[in-house]
Amino acid sequence: MAGVTWRRVTLGVAGVYFLVPLAISVWFTVYNETQGFSLGAYGRIVSAPGFTESLVKSLLLGAAVIVLVLLLALPALLAVRLGAPGLRPVLETITTLPLIVPPITYVVGIANALRGGTDALAATPFWQTLISIQDENFPVVLVLAYVMLALPFAYRSLDTGLRAVDVRTLVEAARNLGASWPYVLFRVILPNLRSAVASASFLSLALVMGEYTIAALMGYRTFPVWIVTISGNDGQLSVALSVLSLGLIWLLLLTLSGAGRKSK
Amino acid sequence: MSGLTKARRRGGGAGWLAAAPLLLVTLIAFGVPVVVLVFGAFSVKGGGLGFDNLSATMKQPYIGALWSSLKLSAVVALGGTVLGAFLAQAVLTSRSGLLREAVLTASGVLANFGGVPLAFIWIATLGNSGVVTAALGLGSGALYNFWGLALVYMYFSVPLMVLVIAPALDGLKPQWREAAQNNGASTWQFWRMVGIPVLGPSLLGGAVLLFGGAFAAYATAAAMVGASVPLVTLQIADALTGNVLIGYENIALALSLDMIVVALLVMAVYLPMQKRSSRWLA
Repeated sequence: MAGVTWRRVTLGVAGVYFLVPLAISVWFTVYNETQGFSLGAYGRIVSAPGFTESLVKSLLLGAAVIVLVLLLALPALLAVRLGAPGLRPVLETITTLPLIVPPITYVVGIANALRGGTDALAATPFWQTLISIQDENFPVVLVLAYVMLALPFAYRSLDTGLRAVDVRTLVEAARNLGASWPYVLFRVILPNLRSAVASASFLSLALVMGEYTIAALMGYRTFPVWIVTISGNDGQLSVALSVLSLGLIWLLLLTLSGAGRKSK
Repeated sequence: MSGLTKARRRGGGAGWLAAAPLLLVTLIAFGVPVVVLVFGAFSVKGGGLGFDNLSATMKQPYIGALWSSLKLSAVVALGGTVLGAFLAQAVLTSRSGLLREAVLTASGVLANFGGVPLAFIWIATLGNSGVVTAALGLGSGALYNFWGLALVYMYFSVPLMVLVIAPALDGLKPQWREAAQNNGASTWQFWRMVGIPVLGPSLLGGAVLLFGGAFAAYATAAAMVGASVPLVTLQIADALTGNVLIGYENIALALSLDMIVVALLVMAVYLPMQKRSSRWLA
């Protein structure tokens, strides 16, 4: 039957195209003509200079981005539901911006703004602030940039999560019983949003652990940037790191769908 | 209308206050860089505003890079859309739950797999000393050209298309097909008169998304082809990191503005398409 043939051809071609590079990469990292089988390439990752440092830096950035994204997006999303529907188009626009301004152009804007800012504010106390947010060990600039890039994903998953919750009733009940606003947010709303918050957090983390363009062009050694610098001439190591980062995405996605499934 | 206005007036003040931190951070972290970018793109050497930088980007070598980026994105969008749609249809109609789950999960992973690691995996496969290159006796440089880059970009574009189109294909009700068949329609007629029109907005929306993704990609191209394929993202990075003559910083800004204009056009097509396609999936 023609229907069966085209399906087999499509699946066969897709299988070859998607699986062959993966299989070759895994093979390449564990087999070597002189040494035979060895997991040495993966061992070298951990012992490579700067591994812990850059990984910790990226994880810290990720944690900061997650906290900031949730603190910024949740109150705004609640406000939309509690009597400021006029906010919704504003939020929708904000969360489409990163799609219109590609990372490479965003980093051009940031670099120019920082350069212009440090020149213009040289004589004022703000100058010190501008310098300190560019600190090599914990670049706040990068946190802010990643917050903007993570917002579209976080906003959509939180919005979907809130759709399943009767926010107005919950908030009014809690407020009538004398709960403060922080209490409402942390003890009433958040527990009802656990899976949406989890998926927003994982999406933000995945973004921070994979973003290369902005960090590299601003000269920060985050984990993705370290991967590139350390790979250098060691082909096996570079492919091992690629396989590892693919595994990392897979793990994050698995956790993500696990968190989503629990809510049903 | 009056109810809405009243509600807005009642909770509006407090509501905007709750959103104030978000709006403020967006203004500083996004507004300032974008304004600086646009302003810089129009700044002329020696002060004042003008179109000097932008018209410079419309000349060689920049226009070549811009054109090459557009061409690459169009090839990836077209190829990714066709292959992604066929793959999704093949998987969804296979009646194997396991295959379906596996392909959708793998698509989720691969659609997010990009940057330099993607380049490394393909270099190990088809690079000058790659395994397939040696096995098939391909010459050197098989991967490091326009079509090589397109092939690699498909690796995340096709899975993305599968993710975009799968819900739309699922929404294609079997009853429509049966109704068409009962009325004597051939398979071709069904797709031409029912299938494609219903899927149209999703297909076009997905294609536009792939176009935008390929257009904005930088890291993979930088690691793979370096300067041998001129792309607008590579030109911007060169200008930003000072790999070019001094005094060309504003060219980076102008090129960025060119990119944003293209992205704006892309979104102007994508957003209405997304709204339209959701109508059929209710």
